[in-house]
Amino acid sequence: MLAAWRTVAQRRQCPRAPALLAAARHLASQTATASAQSASVAAEVPSSSSGSEPSARLSSSSQQQEERMDFPGGSVPFTAAMSFLGGTFSPRAPLPCYRTIDSAGLAIADADIPHELDQETAVKMYKTMVTLQTVDVIFYEAQRQGRFSFYMTSSGEEATAIGSAAALTNDDVIFSQYREQGVIMYRGFSVQDMAHQCFGNIHEQGKGRQMPIHYGSKSLNFHTISSTLATQLPHAVGAAYALKLQKRNACAVAYFGEGAASEGDFHAALNFAATLKAPVVFICRNNGWAISTPATDQYRGDGIAGRGPGYGMASLRVDGGDARAVYNATAAARKIAVEQQVPVLVEAMSYRSGHHSTSDDSSRYRAAEEMRQWRARDPVARFQRWLVDQGWWSDAQDTSARQEARRDVIKALETAQKAPKPPLSAMFEDVYARMPWHLEKQQAEVFAHVRTHPDACPADIPVK
Amino acid sequence: MQRLGALLRRSQGDAVLAPQLLRTYSTMQMTIRDALNSAMDEEMARDETVFVMGEEVAEYQGAYKITRGLLQKYGPKRVRDTPITEAGFTGIGVGAAFQGLRPIVEFMTFNFSMQAMDQIINSAAKHHYMSSGAITCPIVFRGANGAAAGVAAQHSQCFAAWYSSVPGLKVLAPYDAEDTRGLLKASIRDPDPVVFLENEILYGESFPVDQAVLDKDFVLPIGKAKVMRSGTDVTLIGFGKMVGYNLKAAELLEQEGISCEVVNLRSLKPLDREGIAQSIRKTHRVVSVEEGWPQCGIGSEIVSIAVEECFDDLDAPPERVTGAEVPMPYAANLEAAALPTTDHILAAVKRVMGK
Repeated sequence: MLAAWRTVAQRRQCPRAPALLAAARHLASQTATASAQSASVAAEVPSSSSGSEPSARLSSSSQQQEERMDFPGGSVPFTAAMSFLGGTFSPRAPLPCYRTIDSAGLAIADADIPHELDQETAVKMYKTMVTLQTVDVIFYEAQRQGRFSFYMTSSGEEATAIGSAAALTNDDVIFSQYREQGVIMYRGFSVQDMAHQCFGNIHEQGKGRQMPIHYGSKSLNFHTISSTLATQLPHAVGAAYALKLQKRNACAVAYFGEGAASEGDFHAALNFAATLKAPVVFICRNNGWAISTPATDQYRGDGIAGRGPGYGMASLRVDGGDARAVYNATAAARKIAVEQQVPVLVEAMSYRSGHHSTSDDSSRYRAAEEMRQWRARDPVARFQRWLVDQGWWSDAQDTSARQEARRDVIKALETAQKAPKPPLSAMFEDVYARMPWHLEKQQAEVFAHVRTHPDACPADIPVK
Repeated sequence: MQRLGALLRRSQGDAVLAPQLLRTYSTMQMTIRDALNSAMDEEMARDETVFVMGEEVAEYQGAYKITRGLLQKYGPKRVRDTPITEAGFTGIGVGAAFQGLRPIVEFMTFNFSMQAMDQIINSAAKHHYMSSGAITCPIVFRGANGAAAGVAAQHSQCFAAWYSSVPGLKVLAPYDAEDTRGLLKASIRDPDPVVFLENEILYGESFPVDQAVLDKDFVLPIGKAKVMRSGTDVTLIGFGKMVGYNLKAAELLEQEGISCEVVNLRSLKPLDREGIAQSIRKTHRVVSVEEGWPQCGIGSEIVSIAVEECFDDLDAPPERVTGAEVPMPYAANLEAAALPTTDHILAAVKRVMGK
């Protein structure tokens, strides 16, 4: 810079030359950053005839001083070497997967356990797993028998749901996708509640508005499930933002699958959560399959956890079949989110042992051998083994717990099936906070029609 | 004296369809921009859960300067600049509303709301019903709707018809400063999700407002149309910018001895079916005027009301004046040709009058 201005001053015999030189000396004494910027300014200074470039006259010392630049997005170091990173170039090792119990259910020595599981919590977790497995098997069969229209199991992912739920408080707001029934069950949603919802009867909180498995409970702080994929992710960020403004000691938690993470809403939610510093924990259930799409067709990067650092977010990969690891990962993530008021990403690696839903037959696209191998690593069996090793559970207890669960589930189904459906008036309620006059009018028309044409209304819908 | 008479005539029309406003001699002028700004300012002062988010709303003071001064007054937690993701910030606004805040989400134009359509409809509009009342979404989506000037196909679409067909949403379209203040304040206070359709061309236009309108608790009822001008021969129905066109057409037609009743819809959902029908039964003729495309437009619904509820009172088939059924062209002459003008309205009125 100094050299460039001197050149100009000399060439043009500029009357301001002394002042220019003084200014140039002042500038040259500034930091490397400033000299880098003024180097570009010097390049614009018009030189007279000789045509030599001002940049050639930059001293080598100012070149060496240019090591980084403050871009609007942050400080970035320069390099003269060109080397691509990622893709087929210098592939990075995948993020390791944190676990504390091995595939057989034996505790791993020296595993990090910042949050010890006490007996009461561990037994509650296991009992919920037992109930969940029972519900999944029997409700699936009930759908097959035509008792209700649809069901989704969570076989192979019990530890992800229940391990994480156990690490949260009831003030933490949950937004789930559709395969996290273990979470709402852990919070207290009973098997009877689930049966009522699947039958869409008068006892269910949802008044028969939704398909089966779309559970929700305001009192349990569990948002009603919405079928559209990944839309719950920005919702969770917004709720976290509200918790932040309300200065609550709580976070929002968003569950989603690795397939849903391909949606645009995933990108927007994570990027935005980081810029907003929203206290939200994103928990991805990477179960390897999105209906018939394997994870290898879903992404080419390092899974979902690998994306987190790209958004400036703390990320952890955990063994989703290890309930104790999931518990610890979630407790740690929650602590970061609430104390530092930032988002955190947890990716729980597991396997979808069952079909996508009752509308799917995964034997058409999956190898039986693969499914067999994963069933042998059943998360519930692994946790049971660990529990027994602690002296907190026995085979006799297991048998009786499973029998009791089976009885409860079958009874719940029978009770739910016999209960009446919601009345006709429920069709028009809740479209708005208060029913507007045009819906009142339409409701009156429907009732008038049904009174004169009773066959128009199905027999199991009370006309009131 | 004549002006006072005109005011009295109009207020008699008002009495049928809207609450009486105190008319005084002292009125001031207010632009739509200031009406929007003052309404949001007052609601944010009144309720600390109200906050604004959108692209450029904070530091830049708003792409159209609608949120001017709000960042300085309320700080960055309540006036948030968002990254460029309509789906993202709409979803976040919806989630914040689920959790008890009252967001005002600004779309730079409703054309960009298409990228957030799922969040607006499948999340905001339907969740109260799907959760049987457990989840509420007191959110306001506002921004410029319809044609501006020279912004062509992807920036000129009118979304009134699409949004107003969705149960669970309330959809409002103000015309003047009084509408804007009263309806925006009502929207922010409303427990349901509201789509608030503004018009960029009107942002800088001034309208007279009286003292009652300037009150910080001035709200207008959602779901009620307003008779802007009482008439006896034909009802002109429109919303937003077209109300101004209808008023102009009515003045021109008066000179030719045709008395037009000008109805300002104000609310597209709920639609004031009874108010509309009342006017049509009175005048026996109706012309609907809108900027949007003809098929399944607002005009289709107006014509349905006329035929279903006023058939025996009609002296002529209902008519619609709409925008041309093309994506908006850019060239100024083509754009003008694609939009309704007062001449189109005059011609339609004369057709229904049999002249």
